[in-house]
Amino acid sequence: MERRRSFPDVLAGGIFVLIGGAFAVGALGHELGTPLRMGPGAFPLLVGAITAALGLAIVVKGLVAGELITFGTIPWRAVAVIVVAVLFFGFTVRGLGFVPTSAVTALLTTLASTRVRPIAAVAVAAGLTVAATLIFVFGLQLRIPLWGPWLGF
Amino acid sequence: MELLDNLALGFSTAFLLQNVLYCFVGVLLGTAVGVLPGIGPTATVAMLLPITFSFEPVTALIMLAGIYYGAQYGGSTTAILINLPGESSAAVTALDGHEMARQGRAGAALAAAAIGSFVAGTLATVALAVAAPPLARVALRFGPAEYFSLVLLGLVVSIALARGTALKALAMIALGVLFGTVGQDIYTGTPRFVFGQRELYGGIDFVSVAVGMFGVAEILRNLEHERTRTVVVSRVNSLWPTKEDRRRMIGPILRGTGLGAALGVLPGGGHVLASFTSYAVEKRVSRRRRHEFGHGAIEGVAGPESANNAAAQTSFIPLLTLGLPAHPVMALMVGAFIVQGITPGPNVITDEPALFWGLIASMWIGNVLLVLLNLPLIGIWVRMLHIPYQVLFPMIILFAAIGTYSLGFNAFDVYAVVFFGILGYILIKCGCEPAPLLLGFVLGPLLEENLRRALIISRGDASVFLTRPISAVLLVLAVAALAVAVLPTIRRRREVVFSDEEA
Repeated sequence: MERRRSFPDVLAGGIFVLIGGAFAVGALGHELGTPLRMGPGAFPLLVGAITAALGLAIVVKGLVAGELITFGTIPWRAVAVIVVAVLFFGFTVRGLGFVPTSAVTALLTTLASTRVRPIAAVAVAAGLTVAATLIFVFGLQLRIPLWGPWLGF
Repeated sequence: MELLDNLALGFSTAFLLQNVLYCFVGVLLGTAVGVLPGIGPTATVAMLLPITFSFEPVTALIMLAGIYYGAQYGGSTTAILINLPGESSAAVTALDGHEMARQGRAGAALAAAAIGSFVAGTLATVALAVAAPPLARVALRFGPAEYFSLVLLGLVVSIALARGTALKALAMIALGVLFGTVGQDIYTGTPRFVFGQRELYGGIDFVSVAVGMFGVAEILRNLEHERTRTVVVSRVNSLWPTKEDRRRMIGPILRGTGLGAALGVLPGGGHVLASFTSYAVEKRVSRRRRHEFGHGAIEGVAGPESANNAAAQTSFIPLLTLGLPAHPVMALMVGAFIVQGITPGPNVITDEPALFWGLIASMWIGNVLLVLLNLPLIGIWVRMLHIPYQVLFPMIILFAAIGTYSLGFNAFDVYAVVFFGILGYILIKCGCEPAPLLLGFVLGPLLEENLRRALIISRGDASVFLTRPISAVLLVLAVAALAVAVLPTIRRRREVVFSDEEA
C-alpha cells in the first residue's frame, strides 16, 4: 500500500490529542468518585481520554494512509484583523458604548479584505453602525448605552 | 378527531398577528441567507437567538424555525439560476436545475422546486403532526438509562450521515462533549475548567460556539480566495410549467416527500442525504429518461427539492418528542426552548400544547409564505446576489459580536467566538466537519447527567444499560450505526450516493 503522509490529518489529530489530554489532566484535579456516585472529574476524564485516543488514531492514520486534503493558504491578514476586531468589541463595548465600538469594529473588519478601498470601508462601517444602532438599540431595545463612560458621558 | 382539535388549536395560535408576522420575518431572513453564499442558517439562527429572548416562546420558536426551512428553500433558487447552491442540500438541485435554466427553462425549474417544496412541506407537516404524539408518549416512559443510550445513538448516527471520515467526526463529537463540561458540575456545583474566571461558571454559551464555528470560520474560508462574483443570471420567463412538465413532476415529488420525511428524522445531515438519495432514486426509476439526467431533467429538480424540504420539517420530530436535535440549527432551538423556560422533550406536547401545535401549524403557513415570497419576487432575491462580499462579511462579524454580547452582557461570550472561530477554521481546513462538534457540545451535558443518574439509580451497576430492553436496543443500533460509518464496504456504497453530486 502506498504510504501517504497527510499534514492536515496530523495537525487535526494533534489538536484532538492536545485538548483531550488537557481536559483529562485537568479532570484528575477533581474528585473522580465511584461508579455509584461519580465525582465531577470522572466524565471529563473519560471523554478527554477518548478524544486523545481518537486524536492519536488520526495522527497515526495521517502518517500511514492519510486523507488527501489540500490545506491551502491561510489569509493571515483576515485572521489577525477579525481577531482584533472582535476582541476590541468585547473589550470596549461597556466603556466606549455601542456606537463608537460598533463603528471601530466594523471599520477594522473591512480591512480583512485585501481589496478594500478606504472610502468604501468608511462608508460600509458608517452604514453598518447606523443599521446596527437602529436594529438593536432602537428596534430591539437592547440595553447598551449608545455612548459609554470612557467618553465622559 | 383529536388530531383535528389539535391542529385547530395550532392554527388559532399560529394565525395570531404577531406570530404570522414573525413567521414571515423568519422565512424572509431564511430565504435571504439561503440565497447568499457565505452565511448559512446555523450562523443566522445563532446570531438572532439572543434577540428572541424577549419574545413570547411560541413566537420566538416560530421565527427561528422559519429561518431554518426558509434557508433550505432559498438555497435552491441560486442553485438553479446561477449554479451556486446556497445550502449543501441544494447541491443536487444545481445539477439539473441549472441545466434547465441554461436551456431557457429557468421558470419551469423554479416552479418545480416551489411546487415540490410546498407539497412536501404540507405532507411532512401532517406527518409531523401524526407521528409526534405517539413518539412523545413512548419517550415519556424513558428513564435515565434509556436517555443516555438514545443520546449516544443520536450522536453516532449523526456521524454515519455526515461527510468526511468517521474517525474525525467521532473526535469532533468527543471534543464538543468536552467543551460542554466547562462550568459548574450539575451534581456537586464544583467549577470545572474555568481557570478561575467567574464568567465561565455558567459554562460556554452554545451561541458563541455556533457563531464561531459556522460564522467566523466560514468567513475566513471565504477570504482565502477573494474573487469578484460575476453573476450571470439566467432570464426567467414563464413560471408556469407545461402540461408535460406537470405530469413528470408528480411522481418525483411524492417519492421525494416520502424519502425526505423518513430520512429527515435521522440526526446529522438528514436533509442533505435525502436530496442525494432522491436524485439517485429518480435516476433509477425513470428508465426511459435516464440519459436526460444532468441535462435538464425536471425530475432531478422536483424530487430532491421535495425531499430536502420534507426532511427540514420532519427533523423537528426528534426535537419536539425527545428533546434531541438532529441538526445544528435544532441544537440552537434546544437553547431557545431552555432560555424560554421550557425543557424540550416529550413533555412539551402535554405541558405546552398551544406552543407545540402552533409551531407545527406555523410551518405550513411558512410554506405558503415561501411560495408567495419566492415565485413572484424572484427578481429581488437575484438582485441580492449583487451585494459585494466586502459589505456582507463585516456585517456578519459586527452582528455576531453584538448578538453574542447581548446574550448576557458578558464580554467573555464574545471572546469565546474568537476562540471557536479560529479553532473551527483550523479543524475545517483539516477536513473536520463542524456540525458534530456542536451536536456533541449541546448533547454532552445531557449525556453526563443521564449517565450519572442512571448509575445512581442502579447503585453503580453499569450493566443497567444492557439489561433494560429499550436501552439495549438503542445501544445495539448505535453499534450498528458505528459499523456502517466505519466499515469500508458499506462506506464505499455511501460515497456512491454522495458522489452523484459530482457526476
